Amino acid sequence: MPKKKVPAVPGFEPLPEPPKSQPNANGVTRRSFLTCLSAGGIAVSTAPLLHSISAAQVETSPAPSSTTAGSVPPVPVVLNVNGRDYRLKLEPRVTLLDTLRERLHLFGTKKGCDHGQCGACTVHINGRRVNSCLTFAVMHEGDRITTIEGLASNGELHPVQAAFLEHDGFQCGYCTSGQIMSAAALLKEPCGEDDDSVRECMSGNICRCGAYPNIIAAVQQARKRS
Amino acid sequence: MQAFQYKKVRDIEGALGISSAPHAKFVAGGTTLIDLMKLNVERPTTLVDINSLSLDKIEKLPAGAIRIGAMVRNSDLAHDSDVQQQYPVLSQALLSDASPQLRNMATTGGNLLQRTRCYYFRDTAYACNKRNPGAGCAAIDGFNRIHAILGTSDHCIATHPSDMAVAMMALEATVHIRGAKGERAVPLNDFYFVPGSTPNRENVLQPGDLITHVTLPALAPGTRSYYLKRRDRASYEFALASAAVVAQMQGRTVQRIRIALGGVGTKPWRSTEAEQALEGREASESNFRAAAETALQGAKPLHDNAFKVELAKRTLTRALKVVTQAA
Repeated sequence: MPKKKVPAVPGFEPLPEPPKSQPNANGVTRRSFLTCLSAGGIAVSTAPLLHSISAAQVETSPAPSSTTAGSVPPVPVVLNVNGRDYRLKLEPRVTLLDTLRERLHLFGTKKGCDHGQCGACTVHINGRRVNSCLTFAVMHEGDRITTIEGLASNGELHPVQAAFLEHDGFQCGYCTSGQIMSAAALLKEPCGEDDDSVRECMSGNICRCGAYPNIIAAVQQARKRS
Repeated sequence: MQAFQYKKVRDIEGALGISSAPHAKFVAGGTTLIDLMKLNVERPTTLVDINSLSLDKIEKLPAGAIRIGAMVRNSDLAHDSDVQQQYPVLSQALLSDASPQLRNMATTGGNLLQRTRCYYFRDTAYACNKRNPGAGCAAIDGFNRIHAILGTSDHCIATHPSDMAVAMMALEATVHIRGAKGERAVPLNDFYFVPGSTPNRENVLQPGDLITHVTLPALAPGTRSYYLKRRDRASYEFALASAAVVAQMQGRTVQRIRIALGGVGTKPWRSTEAEQALEGREASESNFRAAAETALQGAKPLHDNAFKVELAKRTLTRALKVVTQAA
């Protein structure tokens, strides 16, 4: 069947481009605020104090030191992500997930458990779904990597994306890009027709909110339409 | 994570040349190794990437045997039509293993070398003889619900986590290895060690050895096989107990049978005692139960895992019933 144009769902309008991060009156942006929280390990209960910390201070905060010493000089790597080549210099120990998020700023791929247990980091490598947290970026020169940002084509949502919108296949949304990447790969894999088979085939993606019934409905719709 | 030198190799000779360096490790799918590197349990200083080696084929050998390249991904092996037809136990074991994403990454060689899920092995704050020989074992007096009841010692009770290796054990697989001294073939039954007083030594591989293939022998026409896995949830979980059974029947008599248990042993657990208890006997519930009693005779349950003794017996009894029923 022909792909739907965005908007895929009646009443759904694409969001406007997000505005560039604007510092608030205290000079703190959302991302720098969150960065500061994680870098400093400061408890959320002390949040009001953070407003006195300037963005400049946040930027110069040292990266959290690793419990193990030592480093190896970065090596040149060319990564093909969503059809585009990126020339990077990376330490070999940088995972594909961290490269996508921290170097290429493709924040759609999420870091959940970072140990291959939750599926939030699912991307496609050469068309197959994998956990990007359990592989190093340097291992993927010459591979074709697709993230959630590269799933829609020519402004048309992938059928799985459209189905997730139609069936409300999420609550908080944190697992959603992983769920969608997993489901998009599932369309090309052997998987039984019934809901139980879909549950098994989607078992590598955990949803803490428990949106599973809607996720299954969305996956089944996308399978029928593909 | 500790820093490491990264080397990508194009051929086996290149791989063997680098991998003899101290603290060098091969990386294939990475699903065990990178996980443990993040926990500082594995700390290689050189990582040899073998993903470009052309060991990714499943080949039919003359006389009906099959040769599986070490780099064949678990998902490709599970869905291979020859494997599904000839060795359903292997396909079933693989599809009960991990998640679709992990199966797309994990390789045949890597799966054989999976490390235990023992909590105390994975957490460097605790004593572990496998991780740090001589340090002691925090699991023996700790929370040991997932731990082994067969093949344990006073030094280690860690369970081998693989499903694939349990099926391959019942299929009498052979592991083909390339090393500094050339090629050798080791029956899977002789590949793993029980922990004894050296739980850090898990298998026959020497530094620099590379698994290149696994071969499965041809099965007699009419041979049936089955994998049954019991776990805390329906999918994406390690076995509490599992059974792989490969049986050749003559009417209602068990002519030849191979039995292996998972989730209960310090290695994928072949039970020749249970096999001998059944061969030449009638396929009956009481004979199955008697064979299962024999298989678990040497079980040493601990504080939290005593339930596994009965669970393993029932799992094996059920698997025997299913495999001998199939017409």
